[in-house]
Amino acid sequence: MKYLILIHSNPRSRALWETMDDDQRYALGKGHLELTEALAESGELVVSEGLADVELARTVSVRGGETLTSDGPFAEAKEHLAGFYLVDVESYERAVEIAARTPDAATGAVEVRPVLDMSAWDL
Amino acid sequence: MRTPFEDLVRDLAPQVLGALVRRYGGFDTCEDAVQEALLAAALQWPVEGVPDNPRAWLVTVASRRRTELWRSESARRRREEAVAARAVPDPEPPPAVDDTLALLLLCCHPSLTGASQVALTLRAVGGLTTAEIARALLVPESTVGQRISRAKQRIRSSGARFHLPPEEFPDRVSAVLQVLYLVFNEGYTASSGPSLNRVDLTSEAIRLTRQLHARLPDDGEVTGLLALMLLTDARRPARTLDDGALVPLAEQDRGRWDAGAIAEGVELITASLASAPVGPYQLQAAIAAVHDEAERAEDTDWRQILGLYHLLDAAAPGPMVTLNRVVAHAMVHGPLPALALLAAAEADRALAGHHRVHAVRAHLLDLAGDHGAAREHYLRAARTTSSLPERRYLEVRARSRPR
Repeated sequence: MKYLILIHSNPRSRALWETMDDDQRYALGKGHLELTEALAESGELVVSEGLADVELARTVSVRGGETLTSDGPFAEAKEHLAGFYLVDVESYERAVEIAARTPDAATGAVEVRPVLDMSAWDL
Repeated sequence: MRTPFEDLVRDLAPQVLGALVRRYGGFDTCEDAVQEALLAAALQWPVEGVPDNPRAWLVTVASRRRTELWRSESARRRREEAVAARAVPDPEPPPAVDDTLALLLLCCHPSLTGASQVALTLRAVGGLTTAEIARALLVPESTVGQRISRAKQRIRSSGARFHLPPEEFPDRVSAVLQVLYLVFNEGYTASSGPSLNRVDLTSEAIRLTRQLHARLPDDGEVTGLLALMLLTDARRPARTLDDGALVPLAEQDRGRWDAGAIAEGVELITASLASAPVGPYQLQAAIAAVHDEAERAEDTDWRQILGLYHLLDAAAPGPMVTLNRVVAHAMVHGPLPALALLAAAEADRALAGHHRVHAVRAHLLDLAGDHGAAREHYLRAARTTSSLPERRYLEVRARSRPR
């Protein structure tokens, strides 16, 4: 079963980041790298990425066959997606266990969401 | 979609691997070598034609490749000064059991995770490529590759022998059945998904279970699992509409069921119930047979199904067995006593808040004539399932309840 582990950036996590020294920031990055490697090694990783700053976001829509883009995120929200892990694991419990190992869980909170699949049992 | 050539290669795969492991030892290197030989065959045979003796061809190519792999592996080991690792493979004694069976038992080694057992079985016994397995399971190729290499490392470090001591046989056969059942479900439950260029895991599971049955014809549970797969898969043509929408058993066009598969499944399960001690796969196959033998949904012998669920509940209790028993209870004794049973079943932690509990409650309320409440519970079930086809079905169900 696939689960998406979402790491959000919000005013609280951004304030925390500002207080960190270089070593702490390095440790956070290293924590993600190690987790990614461990998940690849165990055969549970589908993909994981960190996202560039929301400043670089472009919002895209198509109207009358024409593609319109505007700079900036889709919504003026205080919270944005900062990174994610897509994992394929045996259970929801295992996905939660992995989420607990993200460095961000230790300082803030991360979200786990089941991915919709095509499986269906006989009714 | 499959060519006779692919069938040939897949059938030969475990034989070639068995021959190599017996000759040289070292399952993991041999398995890599066979995989490369199969890929070479896939490239050459369609162009140059199938060789006169395809099995010998594959054994020769795989042996050559194994020697190369083994040389570079031992060179690497020397460089790392890890010479303590077995430098000389110890050949296995001649087979007491057939190679395909020995491979199945090895790939389902208890030290492996379910996901690893599935991937390794499909490659080493099924003869599928890593890429085909990855497409079938909808995960990246690197993920499957990692599962396989990790599984092989574990097998090596566990010191497992290619040929198993007979006293471990029964436990390991039941592990194999579990893996084959997992492969079947992986294919069956996803059969409404995008299927372009994907290996059909349902057919693959049936093919491998047939091979197991041919080698252990007197094992009742092996027969039971094969029958269960055939009797379930027989309904596949009627199970979904062209747009992927699910059709519940009671509303399926039974004329589209595969009569040949049903006849074979019924024959298998009938023979096995008469002779062997009865286990969970046989009971599930028997239930499937009762459904499949009803010409119309209203002809279903629910009393017999309920009795079989009682036996299954005693033999292998589980949350889904409980729910199915509740549904059968409703068909025999009416929806109200079944609703009381469902309320009691919900005390089980595995079922509390589960979307199928909401779906079953909705169904029972509907049968009891309380369409408004049924609608509520269908919607609740739709919100809490992570299956797209189920969600669609439950939403349609909710919308179509009379006001």
